[in-house]
Amino acid sequence: MAEQVVTLKIKRGEGGGPSRWEEFKVPRKPMMNVISCLMEIQKNPVTVGGGNTTPVNWDSSCLEEVCGACTMVINGRARQSCSTLVHEISPNGEPIVLEPMTKFPRVRDLVVDRQRMFDSLKRVKAWIQVDGSHFLGAGPKVSQEDQEVMYPLSRCMTCGCCVESCPNYNERSAFMGPQVISLVRLYNMHPSGKMQAGARLDAIMGDGGIADCGKAQNCVKVCPKQIPLTESIAVMGRETFKRALFGWLLKG
Amino acid sequence: MTVIKLCEAGIPVDLLSLVPVKRSHSVCAQGGINASVNIKGEGDSPYTHFYETVKGGDFLANQPPVKGMADAAPGIVFMLDRMGVPFNRTPEGNLDFRRFGGTLFHRTAFAGATTGQQLLYALDEQVRRWETITVEDERGVTIPGEMMVRKFEYFDLTGLVLDSGGVCRGVVVQDLKTGEQMTFRGDAVCLATGGPGLVFGRSTNSVINTGSAAAIAYQQGALYGNGEFIQVHPTAIPGQDKLRLISESVRGEGGRVWVPKDRNDRRLGKDIPEGERYYFLEERYPKYRNLVPRDIASREIFRTVRHEGYSAEGQEAAYLDVTHLTRTPAGKAGVRKKLEGVLEIYEKFVGVDPYENPMKIFPAVHYSMGGLWVDFEKDESTGSLKAVSPRNQMTNIPGLFATGEADYQYHGANRLGANSLLSCIYGGMVTGPAMAAWRESRKESAFDLSSSLFDSELSRRREEFEALSRRAGGEFTVNPYRLHHELGDMMLTKVTVERHNKELDDVIGKIKEYQAQWHKCAALDTAMKGTMSQPVVFLRHLKGMLDLAEIIAAGARAREECRGAHYKPDFDPELHENDPKAVGRDDAHWLKTTLATYTPEGAKLSYEEVDVSLEKLAKRDYGKVSKPTKTEGASAQASAEK
Ligand SMILES: Cc1cc2nc3c(=O)[nH]c(=O)nc-3n(C[C@H](O)[C@H](O)[C@H](O)COP(=O)(O)OP(=O)(O)OC[C@H]3O[C@@H](n4cnc5c(N)ncnc54)[C@H](O)[C@@H]3O)c2cc1C
Repeated sequence: MAEQVVTLKIKRGEGGGPSRWEEFKVPRKPMMNVISCLMEIQKNPVTVGGGNTTPVNWDSSCLEEVCGACTMVINGRARQSCSTLVHEISPNGEPIVLEPMTKFPRVRDLVVDRQRMFDSLKRVKAWIQVDGSHFLGAGPKVSQEDQEVMYPLSRCMTCGCCVESCPNYNERSAFMGPQVISLVRLYNMHPSGKMQAGARLDAIMGDGGIADCGKAQNCVKVCPKQIPLTESIAVMGRETFKRALFGWLLKG
Repeated sequence: MTVIKLCEAGIPVDLLSLVPVKRSHSVCAQGGINASVNIKGEGDSPYTHFYETVKGGDFLANQPPVKGMADAAPGIVFMLDRMGVPFNRTPEGNLDFRRFGGTLFHRTAFAGATTGQQLLYALDEQVRRWETITVEDERGVTIPGEMMVRKFEYFDLTGLVLDSGGVCRGVVVQDLKTGEQMTFRGDAVCLATGGPGLVFGRSTNSVINTGSAAAIAYQQGALYGNGEFIQVHPTAIPGQDKLRLISESVRGEGGRVWVPKDRNDRRLGKDIPEGERYYFLEERYPKYRNLVPRDIASREIFRTVRHEGYSAEGQEAAYLDVTHLTRTPAGKAGVRKKLEGVLEIYEKFVGVDPYENPMKIFPAVHYSMGGLWVDFEKDESTGSLKAVSPRNQMTNIPGLFATGEADYQYHGANRLGANSLLSCIYGGMVTGPAMAAWRESRKESAFDLSSSLFDSELSRRREEFEALSRRAGGEFTVNPYRLHHELGDMMLTKVTVERHNKELDDVIGKIKEYQAQWHKCAALDTAMKGTMSQPVVFLRHLKGMLDLAEIIAAGARAREECRGAHYKPDFDPELHENDPKAVGRDDAHWLKTTLATYTPEGAKLSYEEVDVSLEKLAKRDYGKVSKPTKTEGASAQASAEK
């Protein structure tokens, strides 16, 4: 029979300050996920040693793996804590280790500031440039085939799993990450988004762009939405290559 | 949407949000957004959409705003399409539409099974674009470094700044990353802060949906409308941390609800032969079948399981079944294409394959029809809203607007599926111009006022927070999370599908007790200066939830009838044939909006007439389709053909 408790080891700390580990045991219930363990700690913030502590801070919103908020490093791997079920990662009561993501500044405990990812979206103009929100009739027609390529790309939650696993994304590099390249592919595919394709390609041909990808291919393995990130990088690689060549020929 | 409209009018906006906007609760919406585009040639029209919305809401919604919304819906969906929402398509490349509850038409546009996520992303992207556009002054000269949108994420509302005339001039907010509070001035302020699902502990809502911002506005004098109308969704997965929704789109695509005929059947759902299944919704509602409105479906499931003793594998649940769809020509791949995102939730969080096994579901709190009261101005010539009026979407606090699930305006006593995303976006389209018009009409800008007004509200809110964070030891013995848990459990069992006056009296008493206990809640965190402190912030939100719980319970206690989501068995004529008190829906006495006013002693209720100037009241009957009295040309003809 499985253990009646869940053991959690949590890396805690404030901002850039020192970290400490705290261990908790919470009652084990059926269908529990990591978030419901953290909720139990809120109701009884006492460590294994019996010491009173503060409830753990963590980010969460939808609890359905569509908002991306509750991403953290669980047993060494970045994933959403809502969709991480206790009976899957701790079938026999093995301790569950929670750490904040390492590629972003820590705010407190498991909360990190992922602003950098949102800033990259601005750089690559990750939007369709509409003429306005007033009535202009129906949008462009899109084939079912194209929709089936675009929809999965559009499910990127900016959660950060891919960049957490990417050896080339870190404080010292300007690399914007695979998720941004994949979104450029999305907007460049859209019938009216295409009209600004050049500007988006230029953005990923510059500093921190596609050339910084080291092809480690970790991203595609950890994406919780199974977005074909490496395929997007390959497609955009060809597009940027064509643009580089074309631009050069024009000058010549 | 409000932000986009303001920017298009040339007005710079400060956008403050509890979480990064892209992580807002709207991502949860799965099924779709309604618009009567009539793509399938069924004779649907915006007028029919309007009528069905009003009828679905049991005639409690003011009709002009609803008409405005239904009329605008096709344009809204086209706009979203132009913004790049990857809506599902027909073979010709047009938008595809599916069926949702409370209608017989294919009226719901959808993007896979994450429509809300895709809509939110499209609007968030447009706002992001405005973040990169520089402000221009009146002469068209750009002001370097000043952007049309300044976005502040991880900011929580802590107070409204009201001037001596009671006009809203700005807000006090707390930067949750540092705990620091500050003021923002605004010539108009809008709360688009979502619903209060967390009042019920576990619900289908995101865990950030505490309704705190609306509660703060209420505490500062804003009226709260129709609080007692809480939608319970029929099909959710029971869970420890939240009750995850299985979207109505599953039934829209052919999913069926049933229980084993034998009340003692303990076999797995998939092993129960067709002949031994009781499709109770289909039997009781032969026309709408599994797509009766939500309140009805919830009540039927609740009744069948709780009172009639049916179960699913012995558990308090019914089955929602799509397994038969995998045996149609489109097969599993066909089902997957349309419902993957929804069914994936079941697979992921229950660990059982819904393509092979009927899903076990039970009703859960889902949506609040009630919210901050907002005004409107009717356009007599069209019957809908006047295009630009500062009254539209304005609360009773001048200069304070509300929109989205935070307002009470569009859904009456019950919301139809896929109408919420629509009301949120339509609300924004109306609120933006209304705020611009209000700003235009003001003599004195908030930016010209002396800073003392802002400083005094700021210091009041700072002191409040510091007092909260000092709560440790001594009398502070209550754990706020446990108190919240208790509140939620009580609200969930006593103030949802079925309501009894006696129980509501108990609930109201209990809430008073909880409010007293709140003063004994410990901070659980020392809130070191300069750091995030979620537990102390939670204390503030808990206070708001207690106030909202009181509004909901008091409104429910007072309303002696059955209307939409508000159902009291004691007033149901079907259960009490000869009891004169069992009036069902009581238009003579209760066709009115509940308004709650904050007083230190508790919520004070008053009532307001409903604007039913466009369509006559009719019995809300889903046994047979009732037709609107007026239909527009083409649709009247087509429905005659049907
Ligand atoms: C599971 C589920 C499925 C649904 N499916 C559908 C569907 O298919 N179709 C449909 O039409 N509707 C659906 N709905 C309903 C719909 O999703 C919501 O009603 C709608 O998304 C609410 O949007 P909103 O913009 O009003 O609020 P939200 O999306 O909740 O946004 C509120 C915003 O306000 C901010 N905020 C909140 N509080 C504060 C504060 N105190 N200070 C500062 N900022 C704050 C938040 O950060 C957030 O950005 C569904 C709901 C659920 C729960």
